[in-house]
Amino acid sequence: MPALAARGVSKRYGRVQALEGLTLEVQQGEFFGLLGPNGAGKTTLISAFGGLVRPDAGTLHVMGHDVATGFRAARRAVGIVPQEIVFDPFFSVRETLEFQSGYFGLRSNGPWIDELLERLALTSKAHANMRSLSGGMKRRVMVAQALVHRPPVIVLDEPTAGVDVELRQTLWGFVRELNRAGHTILLTTHYLEEAQQLCSRIAMMRDGRIVALDTTDRLLASFSGRVLRVKLEGCDLPPALAANAMREASGWWRLPVQDSAHVENVLAALRHAGATVASLEVAEPELEEVFVKLMHRDEARA
Amino acid sequence: MSGFPTLLHKEVLRFWKVSFQTVLAPVVTTLLYLLVFAHALAAHVEPFPGVPYVEFLVPGLAMMAMLQNSFANSSSSLIQSKITGNIVFILLPPMGAVEIFGAYLLAAMIRGLVVGVGVFAATLWLIPLPVPNAAWVLAFAVVGCGLLGTLGILAGIWSEKFDQLAAFQNFLVMPLTFLAGVFYSMHTLPPAWQAVSHLNPFFYAIDGFRYGFFGRSDVSPWTSLAIATGAFAALSWTTLALIRRGYKLRS
Repeated sequence: MPALAARGVSKRYGRVQALEGLTLEVQQGEFFGLLGPNGAGKTTLISAFGGLVRPDAGTLHVMGHDVATGFRAARRAVGIVPQEIVFDPFFSVRETLEFQSGYFGLRSNGPWIDELLERLALTSKAHANMRSLSGGMKRRVMVAQALVHRPPVIVLDEPTAGVDVELRQTLWGFVRELNRAGHTILLTTHYLEEAQQLCSRIAMMRDGRIVALDTTDRLLASFSGRVLRVKLEGCDLPPALAANAMREASGWWRLPVQDSAHVENVLAALRHAGATVASLEVAEPELEEVFVKLMHRDEARA
Repeated sequence: MSGFPTLLHKEVLRFWKVSFQTVLAPVVTTLLYLLVFAHALAAHVEPFPGVPYVEFLVPGLAMMAMLQNSFANSSSSLIQSKITGNIVFILLPPMGAVEIFGAYLLAAMIRGLVVGVGVFAATLWLIPLPVPNAAWVLAFAVVGCGLLGTLGILAGIWSEKFDQLAAFQNFLVMPLTFLAGVFYSMHTLPPAWQAVSHLNPFFYAIDGFRYGFFGRSDVSPWTSLAIATGAFAALSWTTLALIRRGYKLRS
């Protein structure tokens, strides 16, 4: 039985087709990444698993429970951290977590709440009002809220947006540990590096559909070879090479290369064009490239 | 275990934490109404023979405060949660429509009843009122607060912005409570207005409530109770159906 299963799920908002016959299965114990540009339908899909969005067609199951007909069991099985930072300004951190436990029918959840506060570095803020917390702290309270009922499936919708580096490490350490303990993790993020490091399998979404789905390693291998990174001095990349190249924010150029002979050819072309190479290196493939390629490929087809 | 008791607890705590503005403020406002209207009208009006106007006014004003605060509680809680987005924390747990509806409704009724008790406590030393029919008083207080608590849930779910809720409050709830016979007896109105007033369900809540104090009313208390309870039941059924469908809550 898969932890999460969507079959033929469609959802339309006016003229926007948010999900289009989407089918996806996430197996138990996986650390799964869901990537895609803004508006690809990631949040709609996640919301549908949580019962916040009702699909026009298709079925969704969490741990085998239909989210429509078996909504109580399905919602007990999943903890969702929403993308937007939201909180109830009337209450303290601890009250927030106690109420959230109560909504799940858990009356004496104190020890687990203490542990969550501890693990998410919130113990000192337990009695602070939600309003007084920084954005990163509010985000961690939301993570704790999603975990109060110890769900077997944990869904994080861009959980590290606006969270500083140290806290991000704390959060990932904790989530990794939960994954090792058997929890299934579904993650969406804009930081592709994070997805590459954490996720064993990745699905890429565009326009409400899955455009690629494979293990992270195979995705990297099949869509992206090695790249030659060069930094040029006082000149631009020759037009012959620019077609395949990608420019990094730092000014480096990324050129796909198959083998060392290919590297020779590129360098010869640069010399021939009179370009001065300030610095160069051969880099490992990155998920970002796979992402960009896939999104462009799809665009070309459309 | 159901999430209902926790949601109810949270909803009660929400207004109780700011009781200065949710309980004390309406009690003070009601006292001001009482002082001003009693002073201005006492010499001119005697709606029920033998009942001084001030005494006539107290139950009506108390009921008006109860109705308005029941409405305010559920509607403001829902619209705030919707606008700030924290409604997801109520929609994600395994709670059904009845649990959500019941918790918001009961909390609204509790706020209304607490305000009512506050008004009577504050007026007791000025205008001591005997309560010959406490059962009627209680029955109409409960049904009236229930009716408006439900209307508040409906308004909170329907509204997408604060000004829509304000419109609901200013153009429906306020006129209906003000014109429900708080300040006068229906018998003093021209027949056409009497007929119109009888279409207002809030009128029956106030008229029946007053019966509990004076043993007199414009309409039989049984009729009033039947109509007010019927309106409460119909509105509850509608609101529950909307929550079950996820109307404006689940997209």
